[in-house]
Amino acid sequence: MSHLDPVVTGDTGLDVEAIRAQFPILHQEINGKPLVYLDNGATAQKPAVVIDAVSHCYRSYYANIHRGVHDLSQRSTTAFEGVRGTVQRFLNAPSQEEVIFTRGTTEGINLVANSFVRPNLSAGDEILVTGMEHHSNIVPWQLLCEATGAKLVVVPFSDAGEIDLGDVTARINARTKLVSVIHVSNALGTINPVAEIARLAHERDVPVLLDGAQSAPHMPVDVQSLGCDFYVFSGHKTYGPSGVGVLWGRYALLESMPPWHGGGDMIKTVSFEGTEFAEPPQRFEAGTPNIAGVIGLGVALDWLMGLGLDRIAAHEADLLAYAHEQVGAMDGVRIIGNARHKAGALSFVMNEAHPHDIGTILDNDGIAIRSGHHCAQPVMQRYGIPATARASFGVYNTRAEVDRLVASIDKVKRLFA
Amino acid sequence: MADELLQLYQDVVLEHNRRPRNFVAVVPATHHAHGYNPLCGDSIELTLDVREGVIAAIGFQGESCAIATASASLLTTALEGASVDEAVCLMTAFRDALAGRSSPVPAELKPLLAVRRFSSRIKCASLPWASLEAALAGESRTGAATTEGARQRS
Repeated sequence: MSHLDPVVTGDTGLDVEAIRAQFPILHQEINGKPLVYLDNGATAQKPAVVIDAVSHCYRSYYANIHRGVHDLSQRSTTAFEGVRGTVQRFLNAPSQEEVIFTRGTTEGINLVANSFVRPNLSAGDEILVTGMEHHSNIVPWQLLCEATGAKLVVVPFSDAGEIDLGDVTARINARTKLVSVIHVSNALGTINPVAEIARLAHERDVPVLLDGAQSAPHMPVDVQSLGCDFYVFSGHKTYGPSGVGVLWGRYALLESMPPWHGGGDMIKTVSFEGTEFAEPPQRFEAGTPNIAGVIGLGVALDWLMGLGLDRIAAHEADLLAYAHEQVGAMDGVRIIGNARHKAGALSFVMNEAHPHDIGTILDNDGIAIRSGHHCAQPVMQRYGIPATARASFGVYNTRAEVDRLVASIDKVKRLFA
Repeated sequence: MADELLQLYQDVVLEHNRRPRNFVAVVPATHHAHGYNPLCGDSIELTLDVREGVIAAIGFQGESCAIATASASLLTTALEGASVDEAVCLMTAFRDALAGRSSPVPAELKPLLAVRRFSSRIKCASLPWASLEAALAGESRTGAATTEGARQRS
């Protein structure tokens, strides 16, 4: 049975059929069965407004930004720069000058690692993460630690998949230079108590980075009430284009940071005697960015805000609780990750069938899930399993699709019995 | 259930997955290799005792999906008592068949060829054979194979 928050039943105010109608890709058959797309944790599908916005940019006003006096360049620049305001509203950030466009979550973390943490990091210093981080919030710190002699310290988590705040407190000390935490676990679905973690870190003057890859698509995010110093997310998981993402950071911190990548667009003046860097956010956006991708991201975030992140959260909480209840009741199926507060993902293993086999059999029924280690091998090691099967939900999924998932898992059981 | 799926998970495969043959570590081993698929985490340790050019004992251990497990199990049953030359021939024939080329494959290995219709799973069936190649190759007689490495070589 589920240990989740109470099921949100009844009308969440979303017309899911109308939402589904906006996603061209969903209306097809896979192996002769209507597609059930439950791999939203890996990437979300795109509504027509996003596809059309990217296409419209290339068809009608695309040019390079920030550098042309001609009409197309000005229109592209206006559309591109306008997305900073959209992101500011999406995150309730104090200023749009704090919004840096990246290639995605991974690049955002690497930027903070190299521009913010690295210049002040000495041998013996510590960076604190949790045991449930995605590889993108592990490897950049390992690279940094290897180069500097600093230490990566890990907060453990319980069998249910929860962090104990006491374990966080116990690991923050005078050598801690950054706390970097996954907001919502991609492998377990756990919603971590990040506001409390930020408060504990700030009591010791330690800045906090939140990996928002799995929270931004699923719930309202308010960086001011979360109290973090940096928040990163990816466009492709928020129904926007791939290859684009956001790093939000407090302006005072951004201002203190040297650039990471050098090149065009991030300077005030360049001479061979020396170069004066631009202010944030341009300081961190060297080279021509993913212009149409950023514009598409802006449309995706507007689209999400139009639906209402609170209503999306309620709809997906209902789906996840229903899936927990249905899948959790099956003999021979074990849910991995039973935190009280979860979003997005249902990971499970079966007694007889390996996740890879589950994935193939579900695919044969037109159901797309992820099987593997979800780029979180330490999580798999924690549970002593090589992999899980993961169904992850999005705004367009329905209870009927959960029923299809359950019927297909039952087919796996019968085949492997 | 779709016919292709039933061919992939036919009784022979399911039975070898449930009750893998030679699921042991051969000690001492003259040859061994670790096969690993970084994409899915399948991991197979193959151990052999080769005496005067003949595979006197062969075993595997590890954790892998049904297709990789059944493939490893069938590999060991096919090769026990075979000469190294015969093993290399069989390995080549099986991998050619997996790659879609016409190639003579013993009847007992044919159930594995249903994987050809599932392109994402071909690596699962080939992992034990890549491990065998790695075990038999190399001066140290200690090999390692990854499906990604195998892909780069081919």
